[in-house]
This record gives sequence, structure tokens and C-alpha cells, in this order.
Amino acid sequence: MSPSSSIAAEPGAVPAPDEHHEHHPSYLVDGTTVKSWLLTLDHKRIGVMYLIWVLLFFLIGGIYALIVRLELLTPGPTIIDAMTYNRAFTMHGVVMIFLFMIPAIPGAFGNFMLPLMLGAKDVAFPKLNLASLYLLLSGAVIAIWGMINGGMDTGWTFYTPYSTHTTTTVAPILFGAFIIGFSSIATGLNFIVTTHTMRAPGITWFKMPLFVWAMYATACIQVLATPVLGLVLLLVVGENIFHFGIFDPARGGDPVLFQHLFWFYSHPAVYIMVLPSFGVMSEVVATYSRKNIFGYRAVAFSSLGIAFVGFFAWGHHMFVSGQSTFNAGVFAVLTMLVGVFTAIKVFNWVGTVYKGAVDFKTPFAYFCGFLYFTVFGGMTGVAFATASLDVPWHDTYFVVAHFHFIMVGATIMAFMAALHYWFPKMFGKTYHEGWGLVSAALIILGFNATFIPQFLLGNAGMPRRYYEYPERFQTLNVASTAGASLLAFGFIISAIYLVYALVYGQRASANPWHSRGYEWLTASPPPTHNFVGPQPTYTEEPHLYVGPEKSEVPDAV
Amino acid sequence: MQSSSAAGTAGAPHVPHVAAHFASREVQDHAARLGMWLFLATEILLFAGLFVCYANYRFLFPDAFAEASRHLDLTMGTINTLVLITSSFTAAMAVHYAKEGENKKVVWMFVLTILMALGFLVIKYFEYAHKFHEHQLPGPYYAYPGIQLPGVSMYFTIYFLSTGLHAFHVIVGMIVLGWVTLKAMRNEFNYSNYTAVELGSMYWHLVDLVWIFLFPMLYLI
Ligand code: HEM
Ligand SMILES: [Cu+2]
Repeated sequence: MSPSSSIAAEPGAVPAPDEHHEHHPSYLVDGTTVKSWLLTLDHKRIGVMYLIWVLLFFLIGGIYALIVRLELLTPGPTIIDAMTYNRAFTMHGVVMIFLFMIPAIPGAFGNFMLPLMLGAKDVAFPKLNLASLYLLLSGAVIAIWGMINGGMDTGWTFYTPYSTHTTTTVAPILFGAFIIGFSSIATGLNFIVTTHTMRAPGITWFKMPLFVWAMYATACIQVLATPVLGLVLLLVVGENIFHFGIFDPARGGDPVLFQHLFWFYSHPAVYIMVLPSFGVMSEVVATYSRKNIFGYRAVAFSSLGIAFVGFFAWGHHMFVSGQSTFNAGVFAVLTMLVGVFTAIKVFNWVGTVYKGAVDFKTPFAYFCGFLYFTVFGGMTGVAFATASLDVPWHDTYFVVAHFHFIMVGATIMAFMAALHYWFPKMFGKTYHEGWGLVSAALIILGFNATFIPQFLLGNAGMPRRYYEYPERFQTLNVASTAGASLLAFGFIISAIYLVYALVYGQRASANPWHSRGYEWLTASPPPTHNFVGPQPTYTEEPHLYVGPEKSEVPDAV
Repeated sequence: MQSSSAAGTAGAPHVPHVAAHFASREVQDHAARLGMWLFLATEILLFAGLFVCYANYRFLFPDAFAEASRHLDLTMGTINTLVLITSSFTAAMAVHYAKEGENKKVVWMFVLTILMALGFLVIKYFEYAHKFHEHQLPGPYYAYPGIQLPGVSMYFTIYFLSTGLHAFHVIVGMIVLGWVTLKAMRNEFNYSNYTAVELGSMYWHLVDLVWIFLFPMLYLI
């Protein structure tokens, strides 16, 4: 027996899960009234509520995406008119970015797992946590109200001076986004304080699971970048209503200033979306390779590195805005630094899989897709960062394909991986592995089929956000739409077997993957206060697998 | 009143509640303080966006900005600066008294702070009224014949946006301090329990600090 078995040897650390146990019911059944859910301060219930909402937002955003793709099936008008098309792609972007990608992983899995991984009973500010969920929802309600009553046609980047002059309903949607920003700040602030103050004895900074590191780095960006977005959104709302002219060249205003302020947030924001994915994947890759993560500190620090240099790269969105050549060069170099930090992670993940005893389960399938999207998308990013290459590609479908590959690809892969990996922990049920793999394959294939044609379209010169296009682009557009349908089909399959598993799935054991992550040291689903009896002791690092044997980490139930 | 008086009797020190998920009072206070610092950082960043706007347009329209800033009421601005600095001092004294459990003095200090905040707003009101009267207004509403340089309306846009946002923070600060004052009236603070006072005054110092930047930016240079 290896010396590292002390986690499992801890009596009382892994209590038998028993829904009907009178004294320690799982968090799911501890209080069943609607109010006990809606007003709960339990981070796990809040996480589950986030999960439900972000899935709904994902559905709304997805429907808009399909509308856009269907419209582009033919060169001329297909199903909607030009104005509706403009609104549809704007809403697709706004919903997906502000209501799905930013809150999804931190809100659902961060909330659920962070305290469990820190051996804490809750996050530092449970009320703020609940408030942050309701801020998100009120922002969503205001924004969706705006969408129904008019919609907006600026694209999700709200570029001025167009956004200050368009007659569509900019104000409520931007105000909604402003409130959503507060929600994001509150979540980030809560996670930073939780990580600083709530770590159980034994969990030093360098024994924190890598998911916690990723959430921490994400939270730093959320806290430092979002206020600037808040201000700029307020300014645009004010502009749109009162026409002060701050970004209006007709009044001496400077639209490029808007771009600076906007991208000062929105470039870091892409890391708000993608860093949590990196964290999920570090957990997944260690668990299913049955190996200690290769280069723990490098992975942890590169998250902070990305968070840091992410603040100095925004200018690469302005290569064609009349920026000086010197600025373009500086921003190009700073942008490429992000690639270096990302590459560190990629090499460490690959190093972890190397010679591991890979257990090819659904989350691992998503890990493979993730690795591919990150590398491919990241390399197109490095190409983009080369200012001279950016000039022909700028505002073509190449940009769309790039950020979908890296940002959406990576985030979706991680979201699905997290959903499958932690499903037994969160709901105490198991899903059908075969269907899991089938739908993962469909989603990865569908994703490629959707966006590889878009790389080619962009390279051939098709601009983004156009309603009509020349005949010669049609084949690739049809391919892209077909891919999007396949993607949607993959998600529908997932939805079916996961809901089925929730209702009819077999009971999961406390640690079905034989993982060494700290969150598996309690029952599945966990009791209300996370741990029953004495707190588990944390003497081993969270990713320390000493041998390829599955049985080495007993399924402690 | 000394903190050692017996618990349970009237006027006894309030025994603070440790929330179930915290290991100890120290950890809980540490968390509260850290949370407040982070929040204040976000506030500074919010204003920083406006400072960036100011810098950008000052660079684009140096003459208009220099000329327009000479049309602000320097006397009122200076008085307001002094009022805010003094109020920051009384807020700091409140923390000092809270640590000693002198809740009455805490109440007094905060009442003074809130009164000065009110004074600040009154002076601001007269400044605003004067600007409205002269039509020194933002963007398209600007109609002041005195300065007709390109970009001058931008100055007043930024002036109203930044002082308006600051005034909003003054109001929020008054509410926060009012709430802590109520707690002090209930005799809640002592040497081991004064976090609320501390956080309230930290917020007030931020309001002061932002003004310390706004004042030279808008009135002096
Ligand atoms: C790691 C995660 C990354 C994410 C989530 C991401 C996301 C995005 C997004 C959303 C856009 C388009 C914004 C828009 O106009 O709507 C974009 C554009 C761009 N990205 Fe990335 N990116 C990532 C990595 C990189 C890297 C590593 C580089 C370079 C080394 C890079 C370079 C660029 C450049 C230069 C553009 C501007 C293209 C243009 O508009 O002309 N990105 N990225
Ligand atoms: Cu960027």
C-alpha cells in the first residue's frame, strides 16, 4: 500500500450517502419547499440554480444561433429580413457571452465545488452569493425585455457611434448588461475572499486544487476589469438617451476611446470565460489519466500569468483603427505572451496524459476536444496577433471562427466535461456512459463542421455580420449550417440522457471516478454543511495519484 | 463604557455573532475587511474609466479644457474639499472611539460626518444651479456664450458625469454611515467588535479620496 493512502484511511471522511438518513440529509432533500430553494444560502443549491438558469440562457442563445445560420443558408434573404438578422446575431452574442459563458462555470460549478475543494462549509459571503444570482437574473430580465421590445442591432461589441444613434432599444439591453456586470463582480469578490480565508487546515496555497487556482485567477480579472465595462456601458446608455457626444465624432467625441475602454474589459473577459475551462480540464485530465498533474505550480502560475498579461493585450482589436504602428507592434508582442502562458498549460496537460492509464470516459472525450480547440484556436490567435496578418482577416469570418474555436469551443468542452464529471457528485446519480460518448463525439464533430468552413470563408474574404453574400460563398455556408444542426443534435441527446439519469439513474457512490480531488471526500450528493462528522484531513496534494491502479483510490463507500 | 461589563445586562457589550461557516471571529473579520478592500478597488476602477476619458479629451482639446476649468467656482470647490477632508477625519475618529467601546462618541462622530456630507451636497447644489443658469451644460445642452472653443461641451459633460457619480457615492455613503450610526446607538461596538464602523469609514474615505482626485483634475489644472 502506498503511503499516500491516508486520505482514504481517514475514518468519517467519507460518510455513507443515504438520502433517508434522518440527521444528515443531502443538500438536495434538506428542505423541499420552493422557498427553501429560492432563498437558500447554501452554495450548492445556489450552484444548482445557476446551472438551471445558464442552461436556459444557453438554449435561448442557441436558438438565435440557429436562426442566424439558417438565414445564411442562401446568398439572399432566406427566412428573415435584414433588420431581424442584425438583431438575431446581436442577441445571440449578448446572451451567449454575458448570460452563458461568463457566469456558467463559475456560477454553477465554481459555487458548488469551491467550498468543497477548500474544505469549507460555504463561501465567505453566502448572502452576497445569492444576491449575485438574483442580480444576474434581474439583468437578464431587463435585457430580455429589451430584446422583445425592439431588440438591438449593434452586434455584441456595441461599437459607437452607431450604438449611440441606432433607433433600436440599446438602453435597456446595455443597462441589463451593466447589472449582470455587478453580478460578475460580486461572484469574483466572493471567491477571492473565500480562497483567502476559508481554506481548511492543511490546504495551503500550493495544495489547492487547480480548479480553485483557475477560479481565483478568473475572479481577479472579474474584479479588476468589470468596473471599467460598467462605466463604459453607462456612458453609452447616457449617450443613447441624452446624446452628450462623448463617443460621437460629430460632437468632438472619440469612438476609438470607446474601443479602448470596451476592449480593456472585453479582452480580459475572454479569459474570464476560458480560464475556468482550463481549471476544469486540469481536474479532469488528472483524474482520468490517473496521474499527478504534471507541473502543478506551472499550471497554477500560468493562470495568474494569463490573467495579468490579459490586461495588456486589448489593443490587438484596434490594429485597423488608425493606431500607430508602434502601438500595434507593442500590442502584438504583448498578445503573443498570452499564447506562451497558454502553451505552458497545454504542455503540462499533455505531459499528464503521457504514460497515464487513461480511462476514456465522457469527460475525457471532452478533454480531447478541448485540447484540440485550444491549440487550433490559440494558434489562429497568434497568427491574428501579427498585425500585418490581422489587416486582411479583420472583421471577416476568420475572426468569428477564431473566437468560437478558442472561446466557445474550450468553454463548451469544459462545461460539458464539468457537467459529466461532477454530475454524480452534484446529483448522486450516474448517467449512461455510452450515450455520453456518442453525444460528445457529435458535439465535437458538429463544432468542427460549423467553424472550419468559417475559417475558410473568412480567409476567402467573407465579412462577418453580413446579411447577403456572393454566390461563391454558398457551399461553405451550407456546410457550416449543417454542422450547426449536428451540434444542436448532439446537445439534444445530452439533454435527454442527463434528464433521464436525474430521474432514473442509478445511485452514484461517493467517488465513482476514484478521484483524488478534495471535493470527492464527502458524500454524493453532499450533506447540507458539506461534511458530516470530523472534517477530512488534507495531507496529500489534491492531484496525487501514485500509480496507474484504479483500486489505489478506494471507492470509499 | 468598558467592555468588561457583564453580558446580558443593559448596555453590555454586544456579543458579535460568528456565522456558522466561519472558523472564528478573526477569520470572519478578516473576510469582511478583505471584501471591503476589493470592493473599494472596483469603485476606484469605475472612476478610473472617467479619468481616462478626461485625459483623452484634455489631450485633444487642451485650450477648451484649460479655459473651462477656470470657469468653475474655485471657492466653493475648495470649501467642499475642506469639508470632505474634515468629514474623513471625524469618520476616522469614529473608528477610534468604537475600539474603545465609546458608542456615544461614535454616534457623534458619524452624525458630524453625515452633516458635513449634507453640507457638501448643498454646496454642490449651488454650484450646479449656477452652471444650469449659465447653460454650462453637457453636450448638446451647452449654450454658454462665454467660452466658444471646440470641445468645451466635452469638459462639462465630464464635469457633470464625474461629480454626479461622486455625489451619488456621497449619498450612498450617508446611508451606510446612517445605518452604522443606528448600530452605535444600540451600543453594539466595543474593542472586539467594531468591523462595521471600520468598513463604513473605509467607504467614506474612498468617497473623500475620489474627490481629492476630482478636485485638482476639474478645478485646478
Ligand atoms: C485563450 C483564449 C482566447 C479567447 C477566448 C479569445 C477570444 C477572442 C474573441 C472573442 C475575439 C473576437 C472579438 C470580436 O471582435 O468579436 C478575438 C479576437 C482576436 N484574438 Fe483571440 N482569443 C483567445 C486567445 C487569443 C490568443 C492566444 C491570441 C494571440 C496570441 C489572440 C489574438 C486575437 C486577435 C489578434 C484578435 C482580433 C482579430 C480581429 O478582430 O481582427 N486570441 N479573440
Ligand atoms: Cu482580445
